[in-house]
Order: sequence, then structure tokens, then C-alpha cells
Amino acid sequence: MITILDYGSGNLNAIKNIYERLNIHFEFANTKEQIERADHLILPGVGAFDETIFTLQEQGFVEELNKKVLEDKVPILGICVGMQMLADSSEEGTLNGLGWINGKVKKFDKDIIPGKPKIPHLGWNSIEITRNCPLFKDIDSSVGFYFVHSYYYDCADEANVISKTQYGNVFHSAVNCDNIYGVQFHPEKSHDNGIQLLKNFANL
Amino acid sequence: MLRSRIIPCLLVHDKGLVKTLRFSVENGKYVGDPINAVKIFNEKSVDEIMVIDIDATVQEREPDYEMIKNVATECRMPLCYGGGVTTVEQVRKIIKLGAEKVAISAAAIKNPNLLCQISESVGAQSVVLVLDIMKRKTLFGDGHYEIFTHNGKLKSGKKLYDFLEEIKDITYGELVINNIDLDGIMTGYDLDMCEKVRELTEVPLTFLGGAGSYNDLKVLVERFGIIGAAAGSIFVFKGKYKAVLIQYPMPEEKKKIQPI
Repeated sequence: MITILDYGSGNLNAIKNIYERLNIHFEFANTKEQIERADHLILPGVGAFDETIFTLQEQGFVEELNKKVLEDKVPILGICVGMQMLADSSEEGTLNGLGWINGKVKKFDKDIIPGKPKIPHLGWNSIEITRNCPLFKDIDSSVGFYFVHSYYYDCADEANVISKTQYGNVFHSAVNCDNIYGVQFHPEKSHDNGIQLLKNFANL
Repeated sequence: MLRSRIIPCLLVHDKGLVKTLRFSVENGKYVGDPINAVKIFNEKSVDEIMVIDIDATVQEREPDYEMIKNVATECRMPLCYGGGVTTVEQVRKIIKLGAEKVAISAAAIKNPNLLCQISESVGAQSVVLVLDIMKRKTLFGDGHYEIFTHNGKLKSGKKLYDFLEEIKDITYGELVINNIDLDGIMTGYDLDMCEKVRELTEVPLTFLGGAGSYNDLKVLVERFGIIGAAAGSIFVFKGKYKAVLIQYPMPEEKKKIQPI
């Protein structure tokens, strides 16, 4: 069963719809008890960094998540801001991230990026898969995924990067370390590739 | 590589979908049910979709959250909702219902700082500014574009290029320029205006109004590189008698417009 963390973020219904179509059990979790019994966790995310992490802290989820993810090694997938929360910190805010995969969330700086791309990075972009990973099974990397973000995850250890994407510079569009996965794009809004990725995650 | 976005824009009026003509519903056409259209666009793997409730601002009412929820739940592609949005709280609610982006027009033209407040709350990537514009000619033959609100019925008193200059330091995530003169006309985009707008802005841009064929989309993309090419008529009408048919470029046609 997939446990989708409901902490006031958007896009829950789209994820729900896909799992319904795939006939994979899921539940929305807004209590610690629900997190405790999870065997797969999804951290969705549309929103600002501080507000998202603050909500997690306020609801007392952080401790429970640390236990599930770091001790019980339950697979977890962070989406968009949900991915950024895996980092140590973000230039978007002042609060600390979960710090599970070392790195910093940085703002696209249009003045130092070649070609001065428009910010936010918005639309369909391809990914370059840099490490073989079950999350990317049967994914068409040239079609890629839908992105919408002004900040990106700069992973400290390249070994944890599983895909890169070019927007001006090349940035880390997906990360993985052990049971922890994060994707900057929105699989729930990325048609066939997205459905496949969410299915792959459920199969982990 | 990032690709251009080809975006159907759906207009909701009296809970149905309409395609207007120069913003007039009376001269427009009923084209079906919103949810049904979204289902068809899902199957066609649409890049992104815009759903605009054209009644909300005019009727001075709240967005129809039930409709937004139903549409957002159905969408397997990114959704931008617009219509009647005036506060940060409304935006938060709409994002929570599953829209990726919220479009603001009249309220932001009146008070551009609202865009900053919303960006701070939900992140700039979800904040879309929509400007409905009409060309005004003076007696001397030179013209300018004026911004309108309330479905083209109210003058804002602001000129497009001046306003873009005025909001240079305002934080938001995307600008949509909707050309009232070309709405439903299907003769192609106003490329000179697009060019000027592009010079004046640094956010991602989407142009709406005028597309009459897939070739018009291609012309826009070829000229501006990465751009949002939005349209209404070409995605809902077929043939010169404008029979209602939901359509979208097939993968092969799409590659001609926006090469992978």
C-alpha cells in the first residue's frame, strides 16, 4: 500500500487517480499512526519550502518520518518540493530540510546561467538517466517529464544523482540514496512516463 | 531539452464549455462538458491545460471550487485555473484542490503587489498573470494595446507595454497575453506584439488568441524558441463550418511544432 502524506499540499488527487487506475492500494495520511504503518511513502509538494517543512514539523511528522525512513528503511518518494525537503537547506527559506540526502536547494540564477533562461523552469523537459535505477524502468527519457520550479536540488554527492536535466546549466532532476527517492518533476502530471514511474515506485 | 508548450485553453460559462468570438459568448459556441473535454485531452497527452471560468469575475463571485476539484482530479496533465481569483487564500485553496497554477488578472492589474503576496505563499511557479489586451488606434493612426478586465468589458486604463514596465520587479511565474481582437478569429498570432512583450519580460510567456492552424503554433515556436502556444478554436473545432471536435496534434504532428 502507498501512503501519501497529506499535509496541506496540492496535487494529492492526481496521484490518487493514477493509483486508482493502476489498481494499487493507497491511503492519504494525516496522522502519525498512519505514517507508522506505511510500507511506501510519498511526500507530494506544491508550495514554498519553509511553509512545507513547517507544516511537517508542526504536525509532529518529522520524528515519525525519520524513524520510518532511516531505521525501518521504508521506500519514500519526494515530489517537487517534497524532493527539495530531502536536502539540508534551501535558499528559498531559512528552515532546515530533512537532511536525508545531503545537498542544498538553490535558486536558478538567470544571470549566471548561460543563455539566460526564463525562471521558473516550466514545461516538459527530457532527463538524462545517470544511474540505472528501478524507478526509471521503462521510462522514455527523451519525452521526459513536466517541471515547474524556480529552485533546484544541488546534490552534494554525485553518486546520489540518478538523473540530470538541462535548463541553462545541468541540474540534478532526480536523486536516490538507499530507500530514499526524490524527483523534481511532477510524475502525476506527466502522462505515460509519470504513470510508469509511480508504478515503478510501488514495485520497490 | 525544454520544449515549448502547446496549451488548449478552455472557457467555462454556465458550467459548460464555450468558445468565444472576440470575447463574446453570444457570438461564440457551446462546445461541451468540461470534464468530458479533459478526459479526451488526457488521452491525447496534452502538454498542459488552461481552464478559465469567464463568469466568476463578472458576477463578482468566488471561484467554483467544486468544478475546479472535478477538473483537477481528472487532469493527468498540468492544470492552470483562472477566473474570479482575488486573494491569497483562494489561491491556496485552488492549489490544494490539485491545480498546479492559478491565473490572476483583474485583481492583479488593480494591485500588482498581490502577485508578490501569492508568490510568497505558494511559490512563484504557481502564479500566472493573465492580461487581456485590445489594440486601440488613435486619430493619428498610431496605436497601442490596452489592458481590459471583466471579459473585455472594462477598461483598466493601463497600456500593455507601460504596465509590463511597471511590474518589472513584481514576482510571479508566468505571463499569459490574451489578444481579444484575435479571439476566435483564427488568422495567426500577433507576432510583433509577442516580440515586444518578450523584450519586456523575464518570466515564461504564453500567447493566446489568433491560432487558426497547427502551422500558426509552429510559426510562433520557431520565432520565439521556448514559448507557451495557447489556443482555443483549433482544439475544439474541425473544418470551416466549425463542427465541434476535441482535437490535439498527434505525436508526429507535434514533433513538427516542437521537436523533441
